[in-house]
Amino acid sequence: MEVTVTVNGAAHTGEVEPRLLLVDHIRRVVGLTGTHIGCDTTSCGACTVLVDGTPVKSCTVLAVQADGRSVTTVEGLKTNGQLHPIQEAFSAEHGLQCGFCTPGMMLVGAALIEQNPAPSDEEVRWAISGNLCRCTGYMNIVKAIQAAAGAAAPGEDQ
Amino acid sequence: MFPSQFDYVVAASVEEAIAAKAEGGDETRFLAGGQSLLPMMKIRLATPAKLVDINRIAGLDHMERADGHLRVGALVRHAQLVASGDTLGVMASAAPWVSDPLVRNLGTLCGSVAHCDPEGDWNSVLLATGADVVARGPGGERTIPIGSFIRGPFTSALADDEMVTEVRIPVPQDRSGGAYLKLERKVGDYATVAVAAHLVVAGDGTIGEAGVALTSVGPSNVKVTAAEQVLVGQPPGEELFAEAAELAAAAAEPRSDVRGTADWKRQVVRTYTRRALTAAAAEAMAQAS
Repeated sequence: MEVTVTVNGAAHTGEVEPRLLLVDHIRRVVGLTGTHIGCDTTSCGACTVLVDGTPVKSCTVLAVQADGRSVTTVEGLKTNGQLHPIQEAFSAEHGLQCGFCTPGMMLVGAALIEQNPAPSDEEVRWAISGNLCRCTGYMNIVKAIQAAAGAAAPGEDQ
Repeated sequence: MFPSQFDYVVAASVEEAIAAKAEGGDETRFLAGGQSLLPMMKIRLATPAKLVDINRIAGLDHMERADGHLRVGALVRHAQLVASGDTLGVMASAAPWVSDPLVRNLGTLCGSVAHCDPEGDWNSVLLATGADVVARGPGGERTIPIGSFIRGPFTSALADDEMVTEVRIPVPQDRSGGAYLKLERKVGDYATVAVAAHLVVAGDGTIGEAGVALTSVGPSNVKVTAAEQVLVGQPPGEELFAEAAELAAAAAEPRSDVRGTADWKRQVVRTYTRRALTAAAAEAMAQAS
């Protein structure tokens, strides 16, 4: 089946088998390997991408379902050579150790602060509860997302 | 991991979806959120020959009150139920406990109901509230009470050519409350044990309607009719709730597994039933009569 999936603003058209998972489409066909495959069983959230702005587990979506949709991966966070505030904050706050969960954590964090510009500790923990960090570095992940929210808030000194 | 091969069609309307399903029979499955179906296909527990994607059908994501019911369409995602002010009592209580936030962005209430997983949360909520499932087939629409809809583990009363288009949850006229208490090892895991409780308090202060249902402690979600019968007609109270909790514990059929022993799960049913009923009563009594 021919599909067109827009990944980070660029349209990719091609034939795909219906059983091809979105995560494999992104990694193998589009060639962006920032989206990780962790558990491959809808548990860990390493494969999180945004589909039309909503975070989903791309190991549990078919590529054909994304036909005509707009997908954002971790590679799409940076714009015009500028890191996204969430990327700056993960760097500044040591929001990662091994880095495997980081693309998913940052995308969930970016989607959260779009909706909620000043999330509480509890709200951040709630938002990332579908994403596992096996380094257990949650404290700094929460701090980083809150710092990014502060940095992204309009009207505040940066 | 990836599923075995299948044909994929996108339905533009409910009629088209039903026609495609009727053609393929039980080898064809509807694809809504896919958050249970796709994982089962990846481990080859399910190997449908064809998927009929209903996600692009317009008008199935409705949530509205009509004729004393909250109507939830086939494409309403769990996340919408978490965010909505229209969900009440036990339903509002259960929504944030369904799987995890990312799964809730895709998974649907109607899909979960049709899936009939005994470890699924929604069927307990529907049993406790006395909801109806609306199914549409080539011959038209029928309304199936949830108690007859659930036939067994992963088995429903749906015919091969029928699709769940809506679930209807009664909205009580009188004061009402509900709670869904779920014990889970971690976010996203199935319930070790969960209890749904729903109470309607009549004008005279006695319980007018009661619903108690259990998750993960039987071959299907368990409706505890004996407890419901004991509650109706009585004023809410601790002793009454303890008695209902005993009946719930007796009705549970837990099995020992990695999540705990059968005896312990039965004890959790007992404790959670008492607590859920207490919370349900408190919510109802806090409303103006």
